[in-house]
Amino acid sequence: MNTNILVYAERLRSGIPGIVYELLGKARALAEAHGSDISVLLPGPATEEEVASFGAAHRVLIVEHDAATSPTPEGMLQSVHDAAALTQPGLLLMPATTLASDVAALFAADTGARLVTNCIDFDITHDGITACSRQYGGKILVDVLVDSTPAVLCVLAGAFQEQEGCVTGTPSPVKLPSPVLPDQRMRATRFIPPAPGDVDLAQMPVLLSVGRGIQNKENIGIVEELASKLNGAVCASRPVIDQGWLPLTRQIGRSGLMVKPRVYMAFGISGAPEHVEGMKDAGLIIAINTDRTAPIFNVAHYGVAADALDVVPALLEALENVVQHT
Amino acid sequence: MDILVFLKQVPDLVEELEIDAGGTTLDSTWLRYIPSEYDEHALEQALLLKERHGGTVHVVTIDIGEADDMLYSALAKGADSAGKITADFSDGASSTRLATALQDTVCTHPYDVILTGVQSIDDVEGPTGAFLARGLGIPYVGSVNGVSVNGDAGRALVRKEYPGGAFSEIEVHLPALIGIQAAEQPPRYVPISRIRQTKAQAHISEYAAPETAHPTWGRVLSMRKVESTGSAVMLDGDPGAVAQQLVDILQEHNVLR
Repeated sequence: MNTNILVYAERLRSGIPGIVYELLGKARALAEAHGSDISVLLPGPATEEEVASFGAAHRVLIVEHDAATSPTPEGMLQSVHDAAALTQPGLLLMPATTLASDVAALFAADTGARLVTNCIDFDITHDGITACSRQYGGKILVDVLVDSTPAVLCVLAGAFQEQEGCVTGTPSPVKLPSPVLPDQRMRATRFIPPAPGDVDLAQMPVLLSVGRGIQNKENIGIVEELASKLNGAVCASRPVIDQGWLPLTRQIGRSGLMVKPRVYMAFGISGAPEHVEGMKDAGLIIAINTDRTAPIFNVAHYGVAADALDVVPALLEALENVVQHT
Repeated sequence: MDILVFLKQVPDLVEELEIDAGGTTLDSTWLRYIPSEYDEHALEQALLLKERHGGTVHVVTIDIGEADDMLYSALAKGADSAGKITADFSDGASSTRLATALQDTVCTHPYDVILTGVQSIDDVEGPTGAFLARGLGIPYVGSVNGVSVNGDAGRALVRKEYPGGAFSEIEVHLPALIGIQAAEQPPRYVPISRIRQTKAQAHISEYAAPETAHPTWGRVLSMRKVESTGSAVMLDGDPGAVAQQLVDILQEHNVLR
């Protein structure tokens, strides 16, 4: 079986996201077991330090084009095709981001490669590539076998240890041609950086996050009251933002912000993978959700299987007593 | 402007999901289907485009679960016509199979814009929209939360989300397929009475998908419920007792001063 591995090192502006090193760490382990050749596709321009940081790989394919800073799915797709033509991967590893997910599906559709999304683990076996995909809002794990190559895997952040892929070395840099999109079916016209929020959530030591279980916009008020007592800020999971109950600047998760507060309290959040990606590294996670089997309790340090709307008023009252006695 | 919206039903996660005895599919005995949340946003975005630019919105789904109810609801919200793809989906409805079925049936009509949810909670294989777009030879952009159309120029301007709250505006030639992450406003509410009224008057078309061999992408070896890792220490008691325990924990972690 072809065990060559190609890692797509997506980045939008500067710096290399941690997920890339997670993928490299896993690739390195597979390479040790199967003698795999590892290549990295990096949208450039790339510094010598960045190339050297991919020491787990044999070569780094650098592609410089406008799409590196204002990416489009089709622009990136062409670079992935170019890289795949050069390296003939049996396994194409991509982060499960909003851009790479588009590119992965289009690549699979173009080539007939098998695609598995939301992966949290994978392996090379005698029968083919096995992968574990987290589905149904994080409640069900699906183990699949892909018995032909190449397999394309979109991997969730946090699946592997980042430090395993942080190996400095001297991989060969290879410059890829800039993609040419003759028919210009799509072009990026503007990159819009994150809007400056009213609160810098990344700097807040205490975050109180609300999810669908908060039921309506008005109920967020009581959580804001609690946040003010804890010197924290209110943020939210995707459904709350989509309902327009809080601005986009307050969203935590895959397409929102990644945060690492000292304390993260989740109210009425089930813990879908898209949300967990953004908050799993908090120092202390406390989750309150009516469903005792909710995935959020797998990442929380403390859990309460109850309605957040019952617990928050009680907590406010208990905090009043603390204030009165201090 | 002719707009097609592909809607899909997914298991309601509020219900307990059970795995069947074979261990490779969900037990459908007690499965309750609901419209995929992202697809509801796709419908909302389509209705907003129709309100701004005119044209028609055609909604389509596959004939499983409560397909008719979902389509009647879409019609009551403002869709102009509805249809469902009939085929034996008992052995699953993978994204590539859905894309093939759509391509062979409703997509023989040249729509200007095709919208669908960017993903669903059971997309092991990836987004249906990307596979369909490739089959139709039209551009695809996913994770979009805003669409404007310049019909005269034959282009759409979409707002694509990136991690960390960043966006990119991408100009796309029409026809195009767009995977919606969120509509520009929350999906509209429609009263039950209007759905009932629609049900009495509306017609749902049926498209028989050819019984050709559909593409397979691999094999499900097993499905497992995510077992609790036991990492969370569960706090029990009435809200007052739980609150006191939480205060103690917050004090231990120096959150309270």
